[in-house]
Order: sequence, then C-alpha cells, then structure tokens
Amino acid sequence: MNFDFSEEQTLLKDSVAKFIQNEYSYEARQKNSQSDIGYSEQNWSTFAELGWLCVPFTEEQGGIGGGPVEMMIMMEEFGKGLVVEPYFSSVVLSGSLLAKAGNESQQAELITGIIDGSKKITFAYNESQARFDLHNVVTKAEKNDQGYVINGNKSIVLHGASADLLIVSVRTAGEPLDNDGITLMLVPASADGVSIKATRTLDGQRAAEVQFTNVQVDSDALLGEEGNAALVIDQVADEAMLALCAEAVGSMEKLYKDTVAYTKERKQFGVAISGFQALQHRMVDMFTAHEQCKSLLLRAVLSYAAGDADVAKNIAALKYQVGVSGQKVAHEAVQIHGGMGMTDEMSVGMYLKRINMINTLFGNADYHLQRFTDLSAA
Amino acid sequence: MDIQFTSEDLAFQKEVRAFFSENVTDEIRRGYTGGEVDPAIMVKWQKILHKQGWVAPNWPADIGGTGWTITQKYIFENECAESGAPSVIPFGLKMVAPVIYTFGSDEQKKRFLPDILESNVWWCQGYSEPGAGSDLAALQTKAELDGDHYVVNGQKIWTTYAQDADWIFCLVRTSSEGKRQAGISFLLIDMKTPGVEVRKIDTIDNQHTLNEVFFDNVRVPVENRIGEENKGWTYAKVLLTHERTAIAGVAQSKKGIQKLREFAAQEKVGAGVLADDPLFAAKIAKVEIDLMALEYTELRAIASVSAGGAPGPESSILKIRGTEIQQAVSELTIEACGHYAHVINDGEAIGNDMSWVASAKYLYGRASTIYGGSNEVQKNIIAKMVLGL
Repeated sequence: MNFDFSEEQTLLKDSVAKFIQNEYSYEARQKNSQSDIGYSEQNWSTFAELGWLCVPFTEEQGGIGGGPVEMMIMMEEFGKGLVVEPYFSSVVLSGSLLAKAGNESQQAELITGIIDGSKKITFAYNESQARFDLHNVVTKAEKNDQGYVINGNKSIVLHGASADLLIVSVRTAGEPLDNDGITLMLVPASADGVSIKATRTLDGQRAAEVQFTNVQVDSDALLGEEGNAALVIDQVADEAMLALCAEAVGSMEKLYKDTVAYTKERKQFGVAISGFQALQHRMVDMFTAHEQCKSLLLRAVLSYAAGDADVAKNIAALKYQVGVSGQKVAHEAVQIHGGMGMTDEMSVGMYLKRINMINTLFGNADYHLQRFTDLSAA
Repeated sequence: MDIQFTSEDLAFQKEVRAFFSENVTDEIRRGYTGGEVDPAIMVKWQKILHKQGWVAPNWPADIGGTGWTITQKYIFENECAESGAPSVIPFGLKMVAPVIYTFGSDEQKKRFLPDILESNVWWCQGYSEPGAGSDLAALQTKAELDGDHYVVNGQKIWTTYAQDADWIFCLVRTSSEGKRQAGISFLLIDMKTPGVEVRKIDTIDNQHTLNEVFFDNVRVPVENRIGEENKGWTYAKVLLTHERTAIAGVAQSKKGIQKLREFAAQEKVGAGVLADDPLFAAKIAKVEIDLMALEYTELRAIASVSAGGAPGPESSILKIRGTEIQQAVSELTIEACGHYAHVINDGEAIGNDMSWVASAKYLYGRASTIYGGSNEVQKNIIAKMVLGL
C-alpha cells in the first residue's frame, strides 16, 4: 500500500507546479481572465508544447496514456493557480467524449487538434430545465435526408464562445427524462442556426448560452451510437467530477496556506493575529477540511482507476464533501483576511467564487448527498 | 500509487477472520459494550488472544509481539471490530508496556512484562489530577525520596477502571525546580500498598468507569521508577506516539454505522421504516462520508509509516475527527432508538439491546473528545506543529 507518485507523475506535477509558480501570478491570471476570449492563447500554446494537452489520450491517439491519477495531479496544481485556460472543457470533457465515443476518423482529426492546440472543442450538456440531471435533454435532433436537424437550447456551455466545435447532447428518441434516446452530435460553432451568447461567470471564466434553430448537420456529425449516449455521458461526468474536485482540493490547500501566512503578517493589538487561539482553531479546521477532502479525492480516484464496484458512491461522497468543505474553507479564508478578504486586490475572493462554481458544476453538494443516499439504499 | 492488499495481506486477512469467527462468542462480545467492562470476560478474551500470540501486536517480536507489518496491524484491528470482539484493555498492553520495554531495566522487564502479556495483572493510568487536565505538566502529586523508597502524596483523577486495577503507572513530581516538565518521574505503584485509596466517581452514563485515586504517604520502592528521576515526562511523551494508527477508531465507527443502518431498516415509522426518512438518511450519509474520508486519512498515515517515514501532517487529525465521528454515530444511534434510548437498564428494564448499549455508548462517549488530550488541545498542537502558528 502506498500513495507515492511514480517518477513520471512527479515530473508532471513539478512541471505544472513550476509553471503556476513562475507564470501564473494572480495579477497575470486576472489579466488573462479579462482579455477578449477570457484566457491566454500563449499559455494555451505553452500547454500544448509542454505536452499537457495530450496527457489523458492513449499512445495510438497521440497521447501518453495518463489516467485519473495524472488528471488529479494536473488539476490540483491548476486549482492552486486558478487557471482560466479551457483545459477542463476541452481536454477533460471533450477529449474524453471523443476518446470514448469517437470513430477512427473523428479521433484522428479532433483529438489531434486538441493535442496540438489547434482545435477548441467544448461539451454542451446542460439545459436550463435540467438543473443537474444530465439525462434531462429536451434539445431535439430529427433525422432528415441529409442527416439531422437540431432545435433547442443549451445553457452554461463552458468556453462556448471561443470554441470551434460543440459536442451537443440531443434527444433523438424518447421523453425528456429518459435515459435512452440521448445522442451526441458534433456541431461546428459556425453552422447556420447556431446562435451563441457569451457570458462571463463570477469565477473569472467564460460560458455561453447556445441556441440551435433548425441547425442542419450531416449524418457523420454523430458521435457514438444514436440514442445510446447516456452511458458515455455518465462516464465522462465521473471523470469531470474527479477533475473538478482535484481542482477544488488544490484551491483549498492554497486558501488555508495563504490564510496562515496572512495572519502571521497582519498585526492588531500590537501582535500578529496568528497568535489568537480563536483564529488558530479555525485555521486548523480549514487544514482538516482540506486533508479530509484530499483523502476522499484519493479514494475516488484510485477506485475509479481500479474500476471498483463502489466507485459511484466514492465520487458522490467526494463531490458532496468538496462542495460543503470547499465553501467552508473559502468562507473562513475571507473572514480571517478581514476587510482585505472582501477586496479584488487579494485572491481569496476569487478562490471562493471558483469553489462555488465547482460546487454547482455536475451537481451540488445536496444533489450528491441524495445520490449517495440512494446508492446506499440500493 | 497502489492501495490494493498484497496476496500475503489477503491470506493474512483470511486467517485473522477465521480466528475471530471461531473464538468471538456472544459472551466475549459482552466483555465491553461501550464504557463499562466485565473484567472476567476481558481477561478470558485476552488470554485467548495471548494463546494465539496476538494479544500484543505492537510489542517487539522477540518479547511477545507479532512482528506484523503496519498493514497487517490495520487488517487485524479491522477484523477485530468487524467480529464485534472487544479491543484489549489498553493500560497494560498498550500504554505501560511500551514504556517498560523501551525505558525499563532488564529487571523491570522480567518482573512486569510476562504478567501483562498473560493478562494476570490489571493496570490503570495515573496522569490527570484535579489541577492538571489538559495542562498535564501542572501535576502536583509528590514523590519524596526517603532511603530506598519514594513517599507519594497527592491525588489522581479520571482513573479509568482503577477499581479493578492491581497496579497503577503514575506521573509524579520529584522536583519543583526548573521547567515543570523536567521535574516529573514515572512510577509504578502496587494498588495494595497502604495509603492508596480508590473512590468511585458517579458519572452521567450510570456506569463505573472513572475513579479518584488518593495517595497518603504511600511508600514505593525506588526500583519501581522507570528510567531516570525527573525524566518521566519524556517517557510519557514517547508513549503517546505509540498508538497512532488505532486512535481514529475507524473500524469501530464503521461497525457502528452498519448496525445503525440495520436498526433503522427495521425501526417502524408510520407505514415505513426510519431508514426511508430522508432527513435521517441524510444524517447517516454525512457521517459515513466523514468516515470514508477519515479511513483514507488513516491509510495515508499508515502508508507513510510503513514506508519508513514519520506519519505526515494528516495523521494529526485522526484523534480529532475520529472522536467527533464516534460521537456523531452514537448521537444518531440514540436518535434512532427513540424513547427506549432514555430507559435505564437495571435488569428488568424495558427496551432492547440496541437502546441500552446506545445510551451507555453515547453518554460515556462524550469523554472521547476530552481524554487523551482534549480536542481543543489537539488543535493547539496542530496549530503549532503543522501550521507553524
């Protein structure tokens, strides 16, 4: 039994950590976040050059065959730097969908495009009436002579406005809540009838509302089997949750450490406030919350890697706890920073907002507590 | 990264499981039900373990230990809890013995260790005093040299199972000069010595676990002192690091949640059962998730120890979260039992096995966040040692 990283994994961790340390100050992050597309094209090229964009893909697909442990390593470091580049939407979500459901030619073209940084792809899975249910799909694709016609709306499509290509979950059969009848379609952002309304999110990232009005696609727009996408979506959602939770765990570590450091410098009543027991115990609680989330992360990642039977329960437990503890740690960080915690000058508030976003993505704490309860009863 | 047990570990688990299933009877399970112990049953159980060679896994193998890896010890603790067997009474086997075999003379090892291993002698711990709780170094019980004896005067408190004990290991003050910690010695005292008096403390759980122990001119041979005079604090501190892996009580809490789920699945509420109540189900789920996290925190600590390192910072939270979770499980169990949780079990009582044990465990369990260094003191330690505050 050991929790040590392999040599390659350690190199990967060091490489990402070094980049965050040297190139990703909070000021630089804010500047990139406020640019037109919401991130740095130059950073994205660097990600490609450093080989980070190919990590999860197999060698045949052009990658290095990284698994959930490698993803965890990268996302945790990204979480410490509040990375705004579309790694999650492009590599984690879209890359995984293509790797699992794509045919040879789709993989050859699109995965290669992700890896070299030339293609920006995102996954439009969410609908406003669905809340957190990934199978609640109303957006419709109807067959016609040329392929399919798509009508409907997708909401909070991550980096939707800067994407070249959307992977869209659509209903080709059944009722809105059915597991069967969901299909994945590849839709160019430039296709006629696709209307994209960009929006900024509180965490300094980008999303879009996307409307599909009689969008005609060819039959080769189909990604995977028609009507059978639910399983693939669920698998990708598991990986997405592991990645997001790793990011949040990285953010929590940064938050408790920054808070500890701040209290050692901040003086009141003539002394550093780090000496106050009321604050010390709260910071110990922050540390404990982070360690417990890290333990759940390792538990879920390793059980996913091993294909254990209880993986769904482990992921639900993780997503619940990261939601609850992430908020707790972030709230405490703001509180202990005092008035400075309320300012844009300090980064704590931005960590708080990102952690809240992560809690919401792919189901919040309550949603996953319910899921955990259902799985326990089963 | 690899968290799978090796095939040797799995074979070991099978062997341990078979042993427990063969030897743990309902009578043995009654040895400890959450607070009070039945000394006769506990001695019987510990002798069974000793016969198997498993009563002291942490001792060095050449003097009665098992030579197990830390992973094997973990498996053993888990299987023990799973079988419902009581853990051994710690004071002799887990607390004083490591001090004796680490710091004691050959004479002392020969004299005390065999009886501890065979459970012939019952020990208790004399640390806390009325004026020295979390601030243990404030202890005042005095031991003054008079020829080849110390004369001990003072009082210990919260002494668990002192009423059944043959011997007590004590921290006593042998000097009031210099740092408070530097004037403390480690003494072994025979409870039958004239001047030792045990008084029961009536506690909220209606059980007899806690006592006061008074020392009135108690003459203790100098040969009963462990190591050097005034070095007792150092020895006691080493002892505290000995029992890190089992401190979280993960296996016991897991068993507690499993029993709670079984009970809630039968406890009728309206047309259904308690387990189906979404509010109650959510409460169990939250505790279970906390425990899943703690289990991995413990594994992380075990892994770093078994790789030859010191336990990482994550191990320092085991006591705090472990006891909080134990209490949460006991609180939910009380809640599940409803009215019967409030009935006193005096032999003719109404209620059921679950409810009698539940209230005893719940009330006695309030002590878990107080003893062994209160959780607030644990937080002070983490603040200082881990966060550098």
